[in-house]
Amino acid sequence: MVREPLIFEMSSKGKSAFRLPSLDVPEKKQVLTGLPLRTEIEEFPEVSEVEVVRHFTRLSKTNYCVDEGFYPLGSCTMKYNPKINERIAALAGFLHTHPLTPEELVQGNLEALQRMEDFLGEITGMDAFTLLPSAGAQGELVGMMMIRACLTERGDPRKTVLIPDSAHGTNPSSAHLCGYKVHEIRSNDSGVIDMQDLFQNMTEDVAALMVTNPNTLGIFETDIMKISEIVHDKGGFIYMDGANMNALVGQVKPGNMNVDVIHLNLHKTFSTPHGGGGPGAGPVGVRKTLAPFLPIPRIVKSKNTYHMEHDHPKSIGRVGSYNGHFLVILKALTYILSLGPKGLKEVSEISVLNSNYIRKSLEDVFHLKYKTPTLHECVFSDKNQRSHGIQNLDIAKRLIDFGVHPPTMSFPLNVQGALMIEPTETESKRDMDIFIDAMKKIAEEAQTNPDILKSAPHHTYVRRLDETAAARNPVLKWTPGVLDEKE
Amino acid sequence: MYPDEFYYTKNHEWIKVEGDIGTVGITDFAQKQLGDVVYVDIPDKGTLDFHQSMGVIESVKAVSDIYSPLSGEILEVNAGLNESPELVNEDPHGNGWILKLKIKDRSELEKLMSAGDYEKFLDGLEE
Amino acid sequence: MSYISLSEDDIQDLLNKIGVSSISELFCCIPEEIRVKSDLSLPSALTEPELISHFEKISERNGANEYLSFLGGGAYQHLIPTVVDYLSMRGEFISPYTPYQPEVSQGTLQVIFEFQTLICQLTGMDIANASLYDGATGAAEAVLMAHRIKNKPKVLISRSAHPHYRQVISTYTQNLDLTIEMVDHLDSGRIDIENLKKRLDDQTTAVVIQSPNFIGVLEDIPSITRFAHEAGAMSVLLITEPVSLGLMEAPGKFGVDIVTGEAQSFGISLSFGGPYVGFMACRKEFLRQFPGRIAGQTKDRDGKRGFVLTLTTREQFIRRERATSNICTNQAWCALRATIFLEALGKKGLREMAWQNVQKIRYALDQLTEIEGVTAKFSGEVFNECVLHFDKPWEVIDKALREKKILGGIPLQTYFEDMENCVLINVTEVHTKEDIDLFVENVREIMSR
Repeated sequence: MVREPLIFEMSSKGKSAFRLPSLDVPEKKQVLTGLPLRTEIEEFPEVSEVEVVRHFTRLSKTNYCVDEGFYPLGSCTMKYNPKINERIAALAGFLHTHPLTPEELVQGNLEALQRMEDFLGEITGMDAFTLLPSAGAQGELVGMMMIRACLTERGDPRKTVLIPDSAHGTNPSSAHLCGYKVHEIRSNDSGVIDMQDLFQNMTEDVAALMVTNPNTLGIFETDIMKISEIVHDKGGFIYMDGANMNALVGQVKPGNMNVDVIHLNLHKTFSTPHGGGGPGAGPVGVRKTLAPFLPIPRIVKSKNTYHMEHDHPKSIGRVGSYNGHFLVILKALTYILSLGPKGLKEVSEISVLNSNYIRKSLEDVFHLKYKTPTLHECVFSDKNQRSHGIQNLDIAKRLIDFGVHPPTMSFPLNVQGALMIEPTETESKRDMDIFIDAMKKIAEEAQTNPDILKSAPHHTYVRRLDETAAARNPVLKWTPGVLDEKE
Repeated sequence: MYPDEFYYTKNHEWIKVEGDIGTVGITDFAQKQLGDVVYVDIPDKGTLDFHQSMGVIESVKAVSDIYSPLSGEILEVNAGLNESPELVNEDPHGNGWILKLKIKDRSELEKLMSAGDYEKFLDGLEE
Repeated sequence: MSYISLSEDDIQDLLNKIGVSSISELFCCIPEEIRVKSDLSLPSALTEPELISHFEKISERNGANEYLSFLGGGAYQHLIPTVVDYLSMRGEFISPYTPYQPEVSQGTLQVIFEFQTLICQLTGMDIANASLYDGATGAAEAVLMAHRIKNKPKVLISRSAHPHYRQVISTYTQNLDLTIEMVDHLDSGRIDIENLKKRLDDQTTAVVIQSPNFIGVLEDIPSITRFAHEAGAMSVLLITEPVSLGLMEAPGKFGVDIVTGEAQSFGISLSFGGPYVGFMACRKEFLRQFPGRIAGQTKDRDGKRGFVLTLTTREQFIRRERATSNICTNQAWCALRATIFLEALGKKGLREMAWQNVQKIRYALDQLTEIEGVTAKFSGEVFNECVLHFDKPWEVIDKALREKKILGGIPLQTYFEDMENCVLINVTEVHTKEDIDLFVENVREIMSR
């Protein structure tokens, strides 16, 4: 496919793609006196509607997407995005409401939000929810801030947060943003939290343990009740990263695991689309003890009317411009209503079934560091292929040639050369078999023809890109006069 | 492969001692682990304690703290790394040096490894 | 509804391959005591037509849909070219993952690169990121960034910056060694520069202003920036209405250090407040402290131009606790819509849109301030919003307007105690002359009662 130019390279003077209606009020020529005005928006593009449509249509075709095929990305839960969700979120009655509309006139929106809070409460077993965080990472920050606020009220915010060495990078950075130091807890030979290490490090100076369950290896922390006891005994909190909720829906409620606060990712478990990198949403559920600290505004129902409340003196405050990612929440709400209790249970059953199928199919070919049973995802490594000079990166890039998006790489940190695979429940056997066969072929190529891996991918719009040059000499925008070289 | 006259740390730094000046860098093993170096973030003055973090080295995919092999006072940083951070990859024991410091306490050298010890240490790291 | 793609036979095949007789065996690692014993207590599954009917009923409980609205305050009604919906709803834009594998994500990455370029062109800044959650978190990230760079304990912010943005800044900085002090505005609606100058000292990390500000008035960006720099502080500009950049000079030309704000005006429907899209831009010397994803240009092994996420070591998944921010996402799909919007409007279209906003608010104000009992609260120049003071209680006027299905504006007393019966009114290019005349007529009639 011919390389698509930047819009600025297609631009020339006088072209336009959109016309506004003529000004219908009397025009005043002298306005904004005394203020610096620009004569024009320099270098801004001028193209026709046809050019806009073709530009974005062609660009879209260079993207792989869930609508096209399999994304075995561990930890991302790249399940199918139902189209009915999009239709509901586009209903005019929802789409055009202004965030500062008086609440009497947006009772429908508030009702939808409250129902979502109730449903998430039922699914997770937590006492109260906030739907305000814009993403999982922001949910983590909100959760940690609430813990800190609660401990501060008790007299001592404490200094440290414990995080397993397998945790997602947002965990320590969220803790750090809250003013906490991070201490890593080791995983044992089974890939779960080393109880001795936890016990020794759990002191009255530790505010919380941030735990993912099942963890990032797909392994359930079977000792979670003992773990929470150790932490609670010293007055700490259990924060649960709910990114892996796909394995638990309808099977276990985090509330029954003595979790104090949990965030969910609507763009993972609850099917809202990733959009190439957002928007998502990261609702946070808490136990009663932490409810007073939830961010504002809170949605409450009194008699038959819904209200947005701002007067909560213990609240950690406002965390976003307005009312959260309303349309994303609507999509997830639609999803919950379209699946119902049986459908939701099926999600965890089939995601665990699919993942174990892939695990069983590949465990003779790729190295599996931990032999412990896994739920909805599993982590292989490139160890068997390293002797041929092949790394996980090469395996990943070669997979692209087989029409499959690579799995998550190099995370969690406690598996060197990791390949984290999570099929989710929406994959067909056929698509999973295509992936399995491709992986087996690649393992074979690693021995017989490693160069073909090293030079992969071969059939994509661009070949392997020089990320080093991009970082050493950053070019972060188009500038005029810098001619692109001929192909 | 590892110069005999250098001393080495468990965090893969090396130090070359000439009088009371020490030149510090990271080892070939470390630069391989890191991948292509894109940026070196070290202050150009200050005092450092034994094994105190003196800054970070960034590659495309990773960030690593660098720890001072000995206590001392920073004299100079390798200005060439601003323009050419790849020197750390290309010549980690030579032109890819990172900083020079004035050594405070020579006896600390006893806590570091010789080239032979470091090579043995590397062998032990193989999974 | 089920999105499972396995038949009964498939399931049996998988179970056989794994070597178990039922799916429940695969959950044996979860202790029995904590297992859920019955189905979740949720409504039974609804089919598509049932879902549509269910949600249509809910949305009809929003009375607001039929109203003519003059609400602004950081979220604005603007025209959206049809191509924005048409193109952004393609599955190849909605359903891909984050572009961590650039060879199969060039669409996403090139769009980000174009977005970054457009933001730089509008703001006159050197570098822009791929977007942040929204304007308020952008403001918080800007303050955190300034604090990382200057490491001083004080930030001066104008009282006329968006109250929600100020609140979010407080939330984000509550655990840091940082005090946020407000500087009031004058009768012009602009920040009290003399007072600002007095309070600027070598303990100030940054001065944060918004223009046009929450009360509609445009600030003197060059002077404020100059004073901030003279005191060794950074100059941070918030913009909630970036359509204003269609006419106003690029803040980069005045040496502003960080420009951040909300790009909802660029093709994002009001959506009851989200998802929106924050933008952020800064001067090139601050690159390493800059939060958020960034796309960069490079070449592939055949020498062909391509784009990648770059400088990722600033971000959480590598730097972990040393990251510049914990942000893990951008608002890629919203930024895509903004990009399509800006490219469709183009150089002339955005300027024309800005011009019409300026003209229409003035048309409305000229007539409204002729009515007895209605005065402009502030004297400064406005872009597309203005605060009016009413001699009658706003509740009375508002109630009467609502009977005519008009939402006249945002009452400001909840935000500013000293602004009783002051209302923020926003007029954009979507308001026709008839809309404005209808509004004015009704206000005139109500005020004469």
